[in-house]
Amino acid sequence: MKLNRRSLLKLSAATMAAGAVGLPSFAQAIDELVIAYNVNLPSWDPTVGPSAVNPTIQGLYQSVFDQYILQQPDLTPAPGLLTEWGWSDDKKQVWMTVREGVTWHDGSPFTAEDVAWSLARVAKPETGSPIQFVWGTLANHRVEGNKVIADVAQFDPTIFKWMYFLTGYVLPKTYYEKVGAEGFEAAPIGTGPYMVEKFERNAYVRLKANANYWGGKPDFDTVTIKFVPDAAARVAEVESGNSHVTLEMPYEEYDRLKGGPLAGVSAPISDIGMIFLNDIEVMTDANVRKAAAHAIDKQAIIDRLLSGYGVKIDTLETPEYAAYDASITVEYSPEKAVELLAASGYSVDNPVKFKIQTTKGFKPKDYEMIQAIVGLWRKVGIEAEIEVYEIAKHYELRAADQLAPAAFYNWGNSVGDPTTSTGFAMFGPSPHSVWDGEDLIGMIGPRWGEADEAKRIEGWKAVDKYIAENALVIPLLQYVQPILHAPGVVVTPHASGALLPHLMKRA
Amino acid sequence: MCGLHMEGLGPMQILRVLLLRLLTTAITLAGVAVIVFFVIRVVPGNPIAMMLPPGATDEDIARLSALYGLDKPIVTQFGIWLSGVVQGDFGTSITTRQPVLALVLGRLPATLELSIMALVMAMILGGVAALAGTRFRGGRTEGAIDVANGMALSVPDFLWGLVLILLFGVLVPIFHISGRVTPSLELPFVTDFYLFESLFRLRFDLWADIVAHMFMPALALAIPLAAIIGQLLKQSLKETMNLDYVTLSRTKGYGETRVILREALRNAALPTLTLVGVQFTFLIGGTVIIERLFSYEGLGNMAIDAVVNRDLPLIQGIVILFAVIFTGVNLIVDLLYTVLNPRLRHG
Repeated sequence: MKLNRRSLLKLSAATMAAGAVGLPSFAQAIDELVIAYNVNLPSWDPTVGPSAVNPTIQGLYQSVFDQYILQQPDLTPAPGLLTEWGWSDDKKQVWMTVREGVTWHDGSPFTAEDVAWSLARVAKPETGSPIQFVWGTLANHRVEGNKVIADVAQFDPTIFKWMYFLTGYVLPKTYYEKVGAEGFEAAPIGTGPYMVEKFERNAYVRLKANANYWGGKPDFDTVTIKFVPDAAARVAEVESGNSHVTLEMPYEEYDRLKGGPLAGVSAPISDIGMIFLNDIEVMTDANVRKAAAHAIDKQAIIDRLLSGYGVKIDTLETPEYAAYDASITVEYSPEKAVELLAASGYSVDNPVKFKIQTTKGFKPKDYEMIQAIVGLWRKVGIEAEIEVYEIAKHYELRAADQLAPAAFYNWGNSVGDPTTSTGFAMFGPSPHSVWDGEDLIGMIGPRWGEADEAKRIEGWKAVDKYIAENALVIPLLQYVQPILHAPGVVVTPHASGALLPHLMKRA
Repeated sequence: MCGLHMEGLGPMQILRVLLLRLLTTAITLAGVAVIVFFVIRVVPGNPIAMMLPPGATDEDIARLSALYGLDKPIVTQFGIWLSGVVQGDFGTSITTRQPVLALVLGRLPATLELSIMALVMAMILGGVAALAGTRFRGGRTEGAIDVANGMALSVPDFLWGLVLILLFGVLVPIFHISGRVTPSLELPFVTDFYLFESLFRLRFDLWADIVAHMFMPALALAIPLAAIIGQLLKQSLKETMNLDYVTLSRTKGYGETRVILREALRNAALPTLTLVGVQFTFLIGGTVIIERLFSYEGLGNMAIDAVVNRDLPLIQGIVILFAVIFTGVNLIVDLLYTVLNPRLRHG
């Protein structure tokens, strides 16, 4: 081919035009599903490092890897790689039956050895699993036929729930030992519905359907997941037809687009917004705490700031959680708040003062919500000063128990167990708890090792009731996740918030 | 910035000046390394607190801190890191679990290509604006160009990015909104310089796809810089147009356009060149936000993730690489200025 300036320009113009024409549109049938995802995927190992405990990334992991136990869209467990599981009668052992006929993405057979090895690996401190404190409660993992048995080193009633929660993934023993951690990062394999075909960090991952998937081959043969952290760019991606599905956009944008060329699905997920109260300064006064709780009109905040996308909550349990109790309520009553404050000598003219910390933009309308709450508080005699901080600072301050008297935060609990919501958030000795009152520690303590499940859940409900009555924390709302998609795709939302391509079908 | 002072110097003395400049550059980089290492460890937010889920105990915090070497005194950590750096080991990223040096060097070409494309766009847009403004000075055209320049300067690059996304991504969708290349394309590249290598391989299909991805982020970066270049170059050109040698050219009967292009431009371009050098470093800094907005897989996008996740080794690596680029560009501009400025070249 002879090239000169003119021919080069012509060719460039032609190829540019071809590229432009090649941009997708809504009218085209979807051959390759493209998803604009809201976070980057830093690492492929779902069991170690910060990514392993990032709830937003779990949808990506679950496309490639299977968890020990399958979690269904309504958060309930179902047989996955483990078909059955349970405790011995004396609770000294756990047993798990492993699904047969499953293969890894490289074609090698999945066995009980993989399960035993995966569990033993994350139980070792040197592996660096952030959840080692849970996996370490099992020891002496061994294989008997297609069963895995492990000894209980420390009884944890939630151990099987962790098998469909953070870091609860099965990795391929033989392959991992052969290629090592670095090789696994470069070419990860799992037993999940999709296989990694191409991965560009900070850009995209291209997935191919696993034809041998034990749960059935996914509807879309090829899925490209683009990492688009900016919400405006994600909206533009689906609006222009460059992507078919996206999530986590401003609710106003969701409302604008869902009735037009795009379809939308919005469902409550397991993330909640809450205000931690620290047992310092004025928060040691029960009247102040209770007044702060009664003065917040949660429904109005949801309706006006979040366009109605939220579910008001009065405990740290959402309706999908095991220990949810609809009878525990905290009414919105500014009059009661005024009375309570008056009993402690405060009024609008002599307000009680404290600081409230919040993130700004980390969760939808977080700062605006706190502004609205501070406005409601001002009307009853509470003057709160807002301090904006980064989420990283929140973690550090919380771990050091140095949060302000009030601090906004969001809490995820996709297994829906009270241990991983009320338990970890409110148990004083935990570095993640903020309220350290001895009375609450005394109530929660016996819950950890309760072997009778019904008694355990009832116990947690009692804890939640006590917390609500004494306003030891202020639960605000359960978030709703907005998902926009092309009309050619049917999206099944997952209450954990994970956006899962294998749950998407052609319309 | 006014170039290296080499008036009347011999070759050995010039070499000495250059070596001195390289030494000061090395000291600057060492200073940056020290500052960034200590500052990111002092600001609130540590990677272990980010990593630990609820339910973790103080022992878990201690265990993971030890695993990542964060349990040692900061000075000791610095010593360990520095001894690694001198051996070419910048540590391992906490979030990606990959060697930092490989990560940042792998992303550098994408950022360099974006910056260079933005620079070329800025020079073309700014140059055309300056030439047109000079050619039609005093008229409506110059007024319109001044207004456009003012608009371009008053809007930050990321807002230009949003405007471009709306215009060319949504309303008239002719460019790609995110990424660097279409994922379904097979890439035969052996380097990470996709744009240059696609040209080198005469793969114009790939080149067009890459340009269609880079166009909007590069233009968003280029618009404010183009305005600055346009303003300064026009000012220089107008001053030059009043000089005697330009008047002489006119008296020879040359047309105004030819006088501007052939006589005035070369002399007027010198101050603009210096400015472009300085602004180029700012332009690279601007890639951080723009790469994030367009999900462009460069250093800037990676830098934001590193900061959000408090990935200390990766932050250090990226900052040092940016510092190397900044000091390197400044050095090159100084040398170029010296080469192009006849007064400095000949003493």
